[in-house]
Amino acid sequence: MSVVTILLRAAPFLVFKKKAPAYVMYLGQVLPAAIIGMLVVYCLKDTNPLSAPFGAPELIAGLLVAGLHAWKRNILLSILAGTAAYMLLTQLVF
Amino acid sequence: MKTVKAAFVKSLPVMAGYIILGIGFGILAHNAGYGFPWALAMSLLIFAGSMQYVGVGLLAGGASVLTVILTTVMVNARHLFYSISMLRLYRNAGRYKPYLIFSLTDETYSLLCDGKVPDGADPDRFRFLVSLFNQSYWVLGSVIGSLVSGILPFSTAGIEFSMTALFIASFTEQWITAKDHIPAATGLLGTLFCLVVFGPDRFLIPAMLLITLLLTLFRNRLSAGKKVDA
Repeated sequence: MSVVTILLRAAPFLVFKKKAPAYVMYLGQVLPAAIIGMLVVYCLKDTNPLSAPFGAPELIAGLLVAGLHAWKRNILLSILAGTAAYMLLTQLVF
Repeated sequence: MKTVKAAFVKSLPVMAGYIILGIGFGILAHNAGYGFPWALAMSLLIFAGSMQYVGVGLLAGGASVLTVILTTVMVNARHLFYSISMLRLYRNAGRYKPYLIFSLTDETYSLLCDGKVPDGADPDRFRFLVSLFNQSYWVLGSVIGSLVSGILPFSTAGIEFSMTALFIASFTEQWITAKDHIPAATGLLGTLFCLVVFGPDRFLIPAMLLITLLLTLFRNRLSAGKKVDA
């Protein structure tokens, strides 16, 4: 993980003099948004909607994060509130 | 000294976030069986927030080397583009250059990408110190997290949702600010499709391939409406 991360950060300095190819620039524009979407699904991969509690803690806390974030736009607040809600829900409710 | 102070002030907005997310990472790693030395080593050597959160899961789940490499490439692919946009700024940074490149995280990039340097500060040293302050917050948080997670007076079960929350909040932020929702939707739906088809243990690599393929196919559509800076 360390080596690959360093290579990614260093590659442009080793490969490109001034500009990168258009296709690479395009991927740079669109990949980040897609990968965040991928990671959301990755995080929820072990949630089973077919057996109790049917993913309810994830759904409730996830909606709280999205709603709170759309409202306040404060990433730390969204994370702290969502995580606290999830911990309370899984430990006390479900 | 003036440069040090200016760099510290510049790094302040990142401080709270890195310490808190670092603590979350430290606790998460500890709960997965990776204690203090692991958290410290990962934060010193990788220094990539999302990837470290994901990486703990990969390590704990016994993922293959290929999965780890490919996941790191995809999760951190955006760093390629931070580096591309810093090519000119970092070109002549001399002895600071290797560390500047190593430490170019999302947050460090967001602080330094405008290229501005306070009056009287040495530009390369200033950027180096901002990067160093940022990493020190991250390392500090990770260490605190891994040390306190065993002695907290309440159960930390469910703390792993902090990673999910981080990505849901980032996704929401991205969705609100982006003009085009096709990339985000492609990532979400493409991965969901692969999860259903391939199952929870082997869907990541197909998902990454599918996302790259679909976005390549959408290229003409997506770049038609906006200026592509290339």
